[in-house]
Amino acid sequence: MSLSRADVERIAHLARLQIDDESIPDYARNLSNILELVEQMSAVDTSQVTPMAHPLDTVQRLREDVVTEDNQREHFQQHAPSVENGLYLVPKVIE
Amino acid sequence: MQNKTLAELATGLHAKQFTSVELTQMYLDRIARFDKEINSYVTVTPEKALAQAAAADTLLRSGRGGPLTGIPIAHKDIFCTDGIRTSCGSRMLDNFIAPYDASVVTRCYQANMVVLGKTNMDEFAMGSSNETSYYGPVKNPWDLAAVPGGSSGGSAAAVAAGLAPVATGTDTGGSIRQPAALCGITGLKPTYGLVSRYGMIAFASSLDQAGPMARSARDCAMLLQVMAGFDARDSTSLERLVPDYQATLDRDIRGLKIGVPVEFFEQGLDAGVEQVIRDALKAFEARGAVLVDIRLPNSKLSVPTYYVVAPAECSSNLSRFDGVRFGYRCQEPADLLDLYRRSRGEGFGAEVKRRIMIGTYALSAGYYDAYYLKAQQLRQLISEDFVHAFKQVDVIMGPTSPTVAFNLGERTEDPVTMYLSDIYTIAVNLAGLPGMSVPAGFVAGRPVGLQLIGNYFQEARLLNVAHQYQQMTGWHQQVPPAFAR
Repeated sequence: MSLSRADVERIAHLARLQIDDESIPDYARNLSNILELVEQMSAVDTSQVTPMAHPLDTVQRLREDVVTEDNQREHFQQHAPSVENGLYLVPKVIE
Repeated sequence: MQNKTLAELATGLHAKQFTSVELTQMYLDRIARFDKEINSYVTVTPEKALAQAAAADTLLRSGRGGPLTGIPIAHKDIFCTDGIRTSCGSRMLDNFIAPYDASVVTRCYQANMVVLGKTNMDEFAMGSSNETSYYGPVKNPWDLAAVPGGSSGGSAAAVAAGLAPVATGTDTGGSIRQPAALCGITGLKPTYGLVSRYGMIAFASSLDQAGPMARSARDCAMLLQVMAGFDARDSTSLERLVPDYQATLDRDIRGLKIGVPVEFFEQGLDAGVEQVIRDALKAFEARGAVLVDIRLPNSKLSVPTYYVVAPAECSSNLSRFDGVRFGYRCQEPADLLDLYRRSRGEGFGAEVKRRIMIGTYALSAGYYDAYYLKAQQLRQLISEDFVHAFKQVDVIMGPTSPTVAFNLGERTEDPVTMYLSDIYTIAVNLAGLPGMSVPAGFVAGRPVGLQLIGNYFQEARLLNVAHQYQQMTGWHQQVPPAFAR
């Protein structure tokens, strides 16, 4: 499995990661090596195997549908990069 | 003083031979004196520590102290600490002051332990050498040219160098056991679900577990007692009674059946490490344990399986870092997409970006069956190997790591070379089992760890077996000479 420059650019876009142009060849090489390692998985036939959902076959615990948390908006927003009137600020999305 | 066990420190505090303030100050002084050599702390919290120590002394004076009251601890910087920077070893969180405490941290506070600070780690716990930290690598106290292992390398090095008597760590693929082995300390990764993950910054949620890192099995038992137990705030926390881990430490191990996986002694294992492990197994045999050869045929696929499961889950978990709500934001973003891409591109280091990209690729349209589904099927087979083995044996033993600590820079060129550092530890996470690493000797002056793997919820048994080994041997009492002063 060998990834091309275009593959790396496509994956980086999906992951919303800016990758410097000059480091794309390094990423392509390293990611290809990792995928080559991962290819070893195909050595075993798993067509009859049920995929693991949880190592202890436990199911997700449910709770009553009631409010358990206080509103701590100001506390949680105090370290946000940019906030105004309790809202997170981002660059304009709609012109 | 810094070589005392937790039990000895507790005895001293309760007998008023010294105060928690004196003890805490001693560790703060040692950190100031030695940590520039090994870089094991990202943040030291002297004022908070001394205030907590003074409060602990008040409790101790009135005779209301518990077993760990006034004992200092260092937390891996992956645990959220209210009011204290929680960086996770990343530029992304360099400015992040957590607005709440992780449950593990809360439990340590409730036990009246004193927080010395936050320890260095591989960025977002992704690494086996501590070299991916934004704050620079940690150095191994046994040899400053060597890595301490990772990702809990700061915790391991701090305990080994006597800069903390005990520390917390987390283990997703070996991140407690491998640095414990490489730094010559004792570490335990509990059964998945035993310790709450609330407030522990998520890497791969189906694998992550927190555990104790300390100077002995007894010390691990004492801290695990505080860490373990049900927490409603973690949806994967298991509702089970936590046993008294110290009560069974002295249990006789005659007749103990030790499974020795053939696959853990095949190619790739350093001959010197193998000799140390064989000697340790002989010591158990001499004590009346029985060695049984076992097979874990699918364990050889654990590294490839892990490098699908862990990156897939990390790509999902780390999507929360968007430059909007907390953490790093790039300068002057042109638009929202630019804000996401540059904040993440500049905030994350190369290894984290690689893993996010592998995970994104594995989960992208058309690839799910070939990667994530396949990996979860193999995970089932890897687990079944252990289930089968534990029908014949009580514990499984082998090396923690195929080599002793390698040199800084030695494995940074090719990520796959680094990934193979964890060939013996990863299968345990994939199966959700408890595992330990215990110091068992040295090769060329660098420590070797013996790995113990138990059946689900057999932490007490592992601690018992490890403690018995530490009654027969003194490897866990060795101290790196440069930090013995």
